[in-house]
Amino acid sequence: MTKVKSLADLKKLKDNLQGQLKLREKGLDAGSHVQIKVAMATCGIASGAKGVMDFLIEELDKRNIEAVVTQTGCMGYCYAEPTLEVTKPGEEPIVFGYVDIRKADEIIEKYIKNGELIDGIIPQNYETIQNK
Amino acid sequence: MIELALHILDIVQNSIVAKASLIEISIHEDVKNNVMTILIEDNGKGMSKEEVKCASDPYFTSRITRKVGMGLSLFKSAAEQCSGTFNITSEPGLGTKVAVTMQYAHLDRQPLGDIAGTIALLASSNPYTDFIYNHITNSGEYTFNTKEIKTELQDVSITNPKVIKFIREMIQENIKEINHL
Repeated sequence: MTKVKSLADLKKLKDNLQGQLKLREKGLDAGSHVQIKVAMATCGIASGAKGVMDFLIEELDKRNIEAVVTQTGCMGYCYAEPTLEVTKPGEEPIVFGYVDIRKADEIIEKYIKNGELIDGIIPQNYETIQNK
Repeated sequence: MIELALHILDIVQNSIVAKASLIEISIHEDVKNNVMTILIEDNGKGMSKEEVKCASDPYFTSRITRKVGMGLSLFKSAAEQCSGTFNITSEPGLGTKVAVTMQYAHLDRQPLGDIAGTIALLASSNPYTDFIYNHITNSGEYTFNTKEIKTELQDVSITNPKVIKFIREMIQENIKEINHL
């Protein structure tokens, strides 16, 4: 019979992680991390936001990018779900629409790693010349 | 929605918006009596009688970003399409309870789907909310409680990707255990 994971295994994982985290800051302080909010209301979930969020959590960890991925509600772009809001440290948040797993991969590789802007940005919070 | 786990993920968002600090999700798969029950209970701000009446109306929503609110009405129709029942009770200030029953073997019953991933996502996305997830089958019972997890983790965050993965696998394996008939 295969062994089922229990809280004792979690303790082992914790001790392991604590060792790794010692040099870095711990906890929920996200100031220096990339923050990604996945819109997860009915519209987002029905369009596959959960798969995208699972993908982001797993891939960002694999690719060693410090990021916090959380859920948020509907931003009113139901037609463009799944949507993500990506905030890089010290930068304005950018909202991407129609994010499937391929798009999510592109966002990690191009926008998060290299700062390139890609197709599918929803101009939610842009500054006009007049406002500057 | 193509699986019940997604409905649960969606309905729980309501509890989170209602500022619940504790959300209990129970699933009872009673294959012998052909009944599947899903309960979602929170201690959020609750709803008035009028709001409860409107809650499963797709054209009622408390939000202002859009004019429709489909979550509960979709869940209701998912239950009713397999000869089930849908019930919502709420008390202002005390919380809300959504109870759904379905015929387990009904052809139109959606599969439960990735419930382990759903619970893991909810627990990690809402680190300040506690979740209790209880799953009962004819051969056993499993309870997952984020309070226990957080005590065990001490200063390691539940939002850590490795912790999320661990939680998902732990729930998956434990549910598999109680699904051996």
